[in-house]
Amino acid sequence: MENRNKLAFNDGWQYAPAPESTDHITIDKQYELFIDGKSSAPDEGRYFETINPATEEQLSSVALATASDVDRAVKAARKAYKGPWSKMKAAERGKYIFRIARILQERAREFATIESLDGGKPIRESRDIDIPLAAAHFFYYAGWADKLEYAYPGRAASPLGVAGQIIPWNFPLLMAAWKIAPALACGNTVVIKPAETTPLTMMKLAEVIRDAGLPDGVVNIVTGAGETGAAIVDHPDVDKIAFTGSTDVGRIIQRAIAGTGKKYTLELGGKAANIIFADAAIDQAVEGIVNGIFFNQGHVCCAGSRLLVQESVADEVVQRLKDRMETLIVGDPLDKNTDIGAINSAPQLETIESYLKIGKEEGAEMYQSSCSVPERGYWCRPTIFTGVSQSNRIVQEEIFGPVLAIQTFRTLEEGLTKANNTPFGLSGGVWTDKGAKIFKMTQQIRAGVIWANTFNKFDPTSPFGGYKESGVGREGGLHGLGAYLKLEAQQ
Amino acid sequence: MPDLSQVPAVDEVGVKERVARFQSRSIKNDSKIEALHMVLGMIDLTTLEGQDTPGKVRQLCQKAIHLHDALPGLPHVAAVCVYPTMVGVARKSLGDHDINVASVATAFPSGMSSRQVKLDETRIAVEEGANEIDMVISRGAFLQGEYGFVFDEIAAVKEACGDAHLKVILETGELGTLDRVRRASVLAMHAGADFIKTSTGKIQPAATLPVTLVMLQAIRDHYFATGQMIGMKPAGGISTAKLAVHYLVALRETLGAAWMTPEWFRFGASSLANDVLMQLQKQATGVYQSADYFSKD
Repeated sequence: MENRNKLAFNDGWQYAPAPESTDHITIDKQYELFIDGKSSAPDEGRYFETINPATEEQLSSVALATASDVDRAVKAARKAYKGPWSKMKAAERGKYIFRIARILQERAREFATIESLDGGKPIRESRDIDIPLAAAHFFYYAGWADKLEYAYPGRAASPLGVAGQIIPWNFPLLMAAWKIAPALACGNTVVIKPAETTPLTMMKLAEVIRDAGLPDGVVNIVTGAGETGAAIVDHPDVDKIAFTGSTDVGRIIQRAIAGTGKKYTLELGGKAANIIFADAAIDQAVEGIVNGIFFNQGHVCCAGSRLLVQESVADEVVQRLKDRMETLIVGDPLDKNTDIGAINSAPQLETIESYLKIGKEEGAEMYQSSCSVPERGYWCRPTIFTGVSQSNRIVQEEIFGPVLAIQTFRTLEEGLTKANNTPFGLSGGVWTDKGAKIFKMTQQIRAGVIWANTFNKFDPTSPFGGYKESGVGREGGLHGLGAYLKLEAQQ
Repeated sequence: MPDLSQVPAVDEVGVKERVARFQSRSIKNDSKIEALHMVLGMIDLTTLEGQDTPGKVRQLCQKAIHLHDALPGLPHVAAVCVYPTMVGVARKSLGDHDINVASVATAFPSGMSSRQVKLDETRIAVEEGANEIDMVISRGAFLQGEYGFVFDEIAAVKEACGDAHLKVILETGELGTLDRVRRASVLAMHAGADFIKTSTGKIQPAATLPVTLVMLQAIRDHYFATGQMIGMKPAGGISTAKLAVHYLVALRETLGAAWMTPEWFRFGASSLANDVLMQLQKQATGVYQSADYFSKD
């Protein structure tokens, strides 16, 4: 197999650069907090930089919210909750959310460009996936606003109050939509914190919220890092915490709110098995492996980061995967032809590189595509490890980068055992031409989302969430409503 | 005869997703001009009408030689493709130019005739001067599962071709599924095809990107297994430069640089050339010209 005839992907005709222009966007030099419908300077007057991870150049500086700022934001949210928002007719509430969705669609190109600048993801993904899906979430939950009694027949559904929301840097606007849309639809008000490396689309979302005419204080945005997040979690007047991020921080949050009566949903890490059977459509399965692990530079909690491939086709699959990796274009996130953009931040690149070292030290064989990467910025070539074992750290721990650990299995039972032998349980993938095998596997893999003959497909109507250390609760779909409602027996 | 039970499954949804990625490639500036030149050089300029006359074929051959002399540095097309009765005219009209003469044969487009007639037709076309033969497979036999019959027929036509290159038309629009397209590709390559070709152009749908991708993947696996390169010819329905460039993207990202020459990739088309010329003129001057500035042959 190693000595077979080679294909030449790096010779001959190449694609010229096709960068998305940045003429059509504006990024302010400095962003304040967004509290009570107004731009508001932070009490302690401190700011932090947000940079473009593809160039390491500063894009803007952003207010650093401290506990007193968070307190102001929670008070504004409480006032808006008691005042207009919880008293408003549900159909009216829905109208505001529809408006946000429509404005997002109108400004989609601008949002996509800024998302790629600030976070490093390829413009193809922010344009075709992040922004349209974010708008779709607002559309979807806008429709539920006046139909909650049908969602829960026989029960009285009422909002919780003020929701504190902390979102990650991998899908900044999309995660904001996942959290804000259901919260508002259910009649809650929001204090939300974007990740410190990717605050810009959230600050643009503040403009959308203002333009949509939402009452002051319904959505409040506080920017900052872990301490700001902790201030939200610890605030006594917050009724619900929704967090997406690492399992470690999820544990801290769970400890912090134990006994407080706050409701919570935690969307944490993952180490999904993508399982390829010998009877699968191999070329399409290879495509699924690529989408599973290299989508968004592998900064995806539900990434298919463990490949389990049936022994008899393992060599063939790995060879085809290597060929496919040669055709992946790594580089400028704003180039429309880029497949893999920049790693989100220097610390994340350090984490990924430490795992590459660990993988090699564990005796696994590392292979990277031959592409060159720019000199400045944070980059990691698409990487696969073969010859890994279940006991290796690169199999057990979440790397959150474009790094795939490949194992083989012989029988369905062995594949299943390996797939479930992880503390995580967020997602999984099964590739086979046999329907019966799909049902057998999907019933027994312990994960919140399982894809069959596809991977990394998202839709607002579909619930998303984890088993085990991958989290608590579900977001999306009908299930996502329950996380923002108090449900009682009807009187 | 290859063991068709070993041919890998094809998932249509996945194929279409991959094709969508090809079509989201943005080909600009120099790489666009380079691609358009490549497309022109890969065209099998085709006329396959019951109403074809020697005069029309002579015009077509002139077009093959002089695509658009107003634009310097253009390649000529790879071949002209005609019915067997027009092969002699085409050969004479092309003179010493390095342009191939392709002839359809084997009771094109239906293939509904006896093996003897098909072989005789092939030999006549070659004797008249065709150095490429575009045959059709017996789709009825293939759909009935008579793979041996189809295999033998292709092998017999290949023998009748002598030195002429054989392109085997699968007529994918009549095969119905991508799984069958993949199996027919494997069968044709093992039976002696130098090229595999999607369509006659007489059946809808003709060439599509999903079908082409599946055939390219079959060619790749044949290459891995045997070391033998097989050519690919999508035909019918490719009438715009933009679509043709996306075929090149599919080719580049599936088979790589070695296949990106007229020796290994062709477009079967009648109206594609003028759209490509119009785009090249636009790249040169910045404005689109009226279609009346390009000769219609």
